[in-house]
Amino acid sequence: MSAHTAVDVVMPQMGVSVSEGTITKWLKQVGDQVEADETLLEISTDKVDTEVPSPASGVVTEILVPEGETVDVGTVLARIGGEGGAAAPAAPAAPAPAEPAAPAPEPPAPEPAAAPEPVAASAPQDEPAEAEPSNGKPFISPVVARIAGEHGVDPSAVPGTGTGGRVTKKDILAFIESGGAAAAQPAPAAPAEPAAPEPQPVQEQVQAAPAVPQQPPAAPPPPPPVREPAVAASAEPARAEQGEVLEPMSAMRRGIAEHMRRSLDTSAHVTSAIEVDMTGVVAVRAKLKRQYEQAYGVNPTYLAFVARAAVDTLRDYPWVNGELRDGQIVTRNFVNLGFAVELADGKGLIVPVVKNAETLNLLGLAKGIADIAARARSKQLLPDDVAGGTFTITNPGGYGTFHGTPVISQPQAAILGTYAIVKRPWVVTDESGADAIAIRSMMNLTLTYDHRLIDGALAGRFLRDLRERLQTWGESEY
Amino acid sequence: MAEMTYLQAISDGLRTEMRRDRRVFVLGEDVGVYGGAFKVTLGFQEEFGSWRVIDTPLSETAIMAGATGAALMGMRPVAEMQFADFVSCAWDHLVTVAAKQRWRAGTPVPFVLRLPSGGGFSGGPFHSQNPESSFAHIPGLKCVCPATPEDAKGLIIAAIEDPNPVLFFEHKHLYRRIKGEVPEERYTVPIGKARIHREGTDVSVITWGAMVYTAEEAASQVDASVEIVDLRSVMPWDKQAVLESVRKTSKVLVLHEDTRSGGFGGEIAATIAEEAFEDLDAPVRRITAPDTPVPFSPVLEKAFIPQVEDVARGLRELVDY
Repeated sequence: MSAHTAVDVVMPQMGVSVSEGTITKWLKQVGDQVEADETLLEISTDKVDTEVPSPASGVVTEILVPEGETVDVGTVLARIGGEGGAAAPAAPAAPAPAEPAAPAPEPPAPEPAAAPEPVAASAPQDEPAEAEPSNGKPFISPVVARIAGEHGVDPSAVPGTGTGGRVTKKDILAFIESGGAAAAQPAPAAPAEPAAPEPQPVQEQVQAAPAVPQQPPAAPPPPPPVREPAVAASAEPARAEQGEVLEPMSAMRRGIAEHMRRSLDTSAHVTSAIEVDMTGVVAVRAKLKRQYEQAYGVNPTYLAFVARAAVDTLRDYPWVNGELRDGQIVTRNFVNLGFAVELADGKGLIVPVVKNAETLNLLGLAKGIADIAARARSKQLLPDDVAGGTFTITNPGGYGTFHGTPVISQPQAAILGTYAIVKRPWVVTDESGADAIAIRSMMNLTLTYDHRLIDGALAGRFLRDLRERLQTWGESEY
Repeated sequence: MAEMTYLQAISDGLRTEMRRDRRVFVLGEDVGVYGGAFKVTLGFQEEFGSWRVIDTPLSETAIMAGATGAALMGMRPVAEMQFADFVSCAWDHLVTVAAKQRWRAGTPVPFVLRLPSGGGFSGGPFHSQNPESSFAHIPGLKCVCPATPEDAKGLIIAAIEDPNPVLFFEHKHLYRRIKGEVPEERYTVPIGKARIHREGTDVSVITWGAMVYTAEEAASQVDASVEIVDLRSVMPWDKQAVLESVRKTSKVLVLHEDTRSGGFGGEIAATIAEEAFEDLDAPVRRITAPDTPVPFSPVLEKAFIPQVEDVARGLRELVDY
């Protein structure tokens, strides 16, 4: 073929990994006629030395890279034909012809076929993602939904700059940054459309609940802020007054806050208390303590004694170990015993669970409690360790308190509180029926229970039977 | 520090380990007298002798089986497939024996398999593939895909040190094209740790190998702050680094040169959906080769391998989303 338009001679790719080459010799000079595939120059790369054939027939019009120079693959080395260059194959060596020898019959080819580096527009590989929502509602991305929830912002109040006016993460962050969250509150305050219209009844309930008990008929409150939804309050960032310090709530603190509030909103909490003479337990423990520590490396704590007696008592009171679930009463043939564990920094509480406590004796319970408490404090608990509890024991007595009203761990029905063991003067009756004042180790126990399921009499009988076990059991019963 | 090409850095790492540890030896087709098809082991036979730089018969099965046996006996073989594509002949020894040996019998198999991979030079269907996803799927194998000369040296040494079979995917298109400063002393780059190639805040590109450079060029063409996470190894892969980047930018483009279906990008995208769903502000986007063999024709090959324009377009779509 002949070159009617200039053809570039480029540094060829002489192997998969070669990126540059050196020109060792030009076999043609400017003005020389060269035939297609005739050797034009010699090159050397770090893999091979080779000859480069001419990509077209014609006159060498330009040599752009001299011998000895190293250039990248694809660099133009020379040009053949075109412009002033002789084109017709018939025309013999005519160094610089003033005019084309004969008009070229064919129309000039737009792309020289031999050009080694065609400019290829690469085809699109994927259809662009369709961003338009298909249901007509504005699309809220997961991250925007999360940020909106955290800041109590209605995303529909945020100006969107994304595809189709979508609210982007940047949009909502800028909105919050600029204080828009607070400013926008009055607007959605009215019948605030929360994206989907269906949940309306639920929303009404939630809003009605606080309204009823909070407003005594005395003075009518100023109208506008009344219906401000609960979430609006949290949208306003808290501000520290003089002398105050703000610190963020940890995720655990938030979890505790939510659970405590929800529990009080769910269960009808009632607490009963009983006094237990622990003198017998103190004696048994004193005997077992050294033995357990030497043989098993575990301390038989008073908590373990109470737990052992409580698990045994629960067998007779399945409702205390039960649950209200969708209008049904759940009872079970096992006890998963939760223990409230204070974390080392004193700023958190977690309730890991000893599973199947009904299968464990005193030693097993002592070991189980020690294990979960240690793992709770070293943050080694697995999700499974804090799930599935059926009854909980909390032990605030370590600080000397003698009474409390703990909050039930949902969805359980009751929580047992154990308090400080203190020596007290106590009236005891001997076998002959004579009363005497003696010094006894006394402890209070509380049972806080969900009165929806458990009545006071049942709770009282549970506490009585638990006390009976603690006061009469010997080493062999544990 | 010295300026080295990606290829020289691999060579340098290999030589460093062969000088340091007599258990290390190389074997493969033409690795000895010829110095390797790509000249990675040029001069090795002169320095270390023909018993440590072994020219094997044209049998990938034999190379892999020999390397596995030698590793079992306490050596540290570095085997070479002339092209990564040929590893299919070695599949049985690699996948059935080497990958499972530690689980089956408790014995470590510390070999490195060097796999010159990748396209971009019209090598066609048998000389251009990126088979890392196939092997990332095999429990027991590690897959390393360095993008820079510094990582290439540090990772080949880490791979030789590693007690497991490590597949070292070295991208042919980077061999002589990429140069960089490489420490002259011995060092390792941890396997399974990503590198932030470029920091950004608007959109993350998760990629590895030669695509790091495609992403970089594309990033400089879009009007946005693009973060490029170079995984460096796909198995194990640095999930933490990816999730951290996603949490920052909320928009992700997963880019690889391998084909799409079953490609490792799918694993990354699924993990992001599972573990960072609430941090996403746009669908996770994948840009990959289509599900075909690698074509010979330069035009078709460009349509096959993700190009700078493809990535730039994907980035723009994510930014505008």
